[in-house]
Amino acid sequence: MDADAIIGLTISEARALLDSRQVSAAELARAALDRIGAVDGRVQAFVSVTEDLAMSQAEAADRRIAAGDAAPLTGVPMQLKDNMATRGVATTCSSRMLEGFVPPYDATAARRLYAQGAVLVGKGNMDEFAMGSSTENSAFFPTRNPWDLARVPGGSSGGPAAAVAASECVYSLGSDTGGSIRQPAALCGAVGMKPTYGLVSRYGLVAFASSLDQIGPITRGVTDCATVLSAIAGHDPNDSTSLNVPIPDYASGLGAAEDLSGLRIGVPREYFVDGMDAEVERSTRKSIAMLEDLGADVEEMSLPHTAYALAVYYILAPSECSANLARYDGVKYGFSALAADSMWEALERTRAEGFGPEVKRRIMLGTYALSAGYYDAFYLKAQRVRSIIRAEFQDAFRRFDAIVSATSPTTAFRLGEKTADPVQMYLSDVLTLPANIAGIPGMSVPAGLSQDGLPIGFQILADALAEPTMLRIARAFERASGWEGKTPPI
Amino acid sequence: MTARITTDEIKHLALLCRISMSDGEADAMREQMANILDNIDVLNQVDASGAEPAAHSVDLTSVMREDEARGSIPAEDALANAPVRDGDFIRVKAVLE
Repeated sequence: MDADAIIGLTISEARALLDSRQVSAAELARAALDRIGAVDGRVQAFVSVTEDLAMSQAEAADRRIAAGDAAPLTGVPMQLKDNMATRGVATTCSSRMLEGFVPPYDATAARRLYAQGAVLVGKGNMDEFAMGSSTENSAFFPTRNPWDLARVPGGSSGGPAAAVAASECVYSLGSDTGGSIRQPAALCGAVGMKPTYGLVSRYGLVAFASSLDQIGPITRGVTDCATVLSAIAGHDPNDSTSLNVPIPDYASGLGAAEDLSGLRIGVPREYFVDGMDAEVERSTRKSIAMLEDLGADVEEMSLPHTAYALAVYYILAPSECSANLARYDGVKYGFSALAADSMWEALERTRAEGFGPEVKRRIMLGTYALSAGYYDAFYLKAQRVRSIIRAEFQDAFRRFDAIVSATSPTTAFRLGEKTADPVQMYLSDVLTLPANIAGIPGMSVPAGLSQDGLPIGFQILADALAEPTMLRIARAFERASGWEGKTPPI
Repeated sequence: MTARITTDEIKHLALLCRISMSDGEADAMREQMANILDNIDVLNQVDASGAEPAAHSVDLTSVMREDEARGSIPAEDALANAPVRDGDFIRVKAVLE
């Protein structure tokens, strides 16, 4: 196959090429690996490239295709964010703490993709332990935005979003605790979805904030997103928060030309926040008008507690993180400060040298919020306001089928622009994190480019388990937006 | 409100977190945490007394499974990532002085 044929390739297109034997899975894997070789020196989306594994999985996929047993993802090259356990393949969370850690088992999401005959080309860079919004918190190197290499790809799933945008793989899986799939997808011009909490198993996902974390697809198009979701969703006895619900074929019926008549879509006025780029606001209003043109019944509405979501998030997520990251003690696995003289010194130095500044900040903040004297005022209060925010969404979804907004208040910012001020960085997620607090699904779909040639994302939120409605709106919007087929100039 | 968290408190927290921290790091941490806590202060504007605390976004109950014996990962796999190994054991610093 022509080496450039991987550029802009979707899962559906790859499937057609593979099934018609125009291309073999081995050729497709080679094309992805060559593309990584050609551009990843500049993009830096990969923490590791798994060439040998990819080629052996591709050969197995070719045998399966020859036997007439292909599944939707058989032989399609993909990447996984480096916080998902992969047996025999280093899983680092982009942290010194887990550098060289080789998991003895596969995350359920990875196992489900493997079961379809997927081809893993490598692991995606991220903000350390998924804490950040720019991928600058990676302990190894920052990832760059394929649309402008001087800018960040967003985060924490910046590696996955950049790899998909730069055509270094056909799709990737990210994780989203406060917007870590949707915000980088928006900034890189990809489709990214955070499913309903519990829809995709977290088994083998390195824990950050367990009540908020969720795995989801990052793809080039909405139909691809549905195809990947169908593969990874479903009950898993290894995750006690996994939902036991029937999983539909999310992709079926999405291809049909359709209008959005009969759908009621809410536009929360609080989601046009202070500090939003004028161009992002214009694009969002244009996107909303597009939904009206497609026949949807669009109405302005209010989610009055939106202003408190950021504060709730920055209590709950660090609190859960401080408990989850207590396991890194340098004893069983991971980095260990071996030169220390005593057990306590070893523990304190392991954690001081193994964790980066943002991770330490959040562990400290969480420990503060959970400590005696502050627990009621911080943690318990945040949990109460979480109930209010969740009830507000539940009430809204009695009147609306979906809620729409911008995904990120800004387009991709320059490397170093927000690193000095954690609070400025946290504001990148102000429009995405309410969905994590409420457990509802959300996705970002490309809406167009700014005058500087930077992607702008449009966010669609739906009620718990209403992914089919969300995807239907996203697909109609994608067709109307004229985005399909756009790739960065790299 | 930036005065409300002191460097001594930061050092105590660092001890609870088991993260060793120099004086300079503790000072920088105090400033950043004070700034974050100022932003979290908006929660004081919300009357949430009528709301139940939600630990989760979905209504979860404890999930049980049958109490039956199952295999686990082989010892060799479990030990493969140990920083210091001694036969079938993980070697640690002395716990008792």
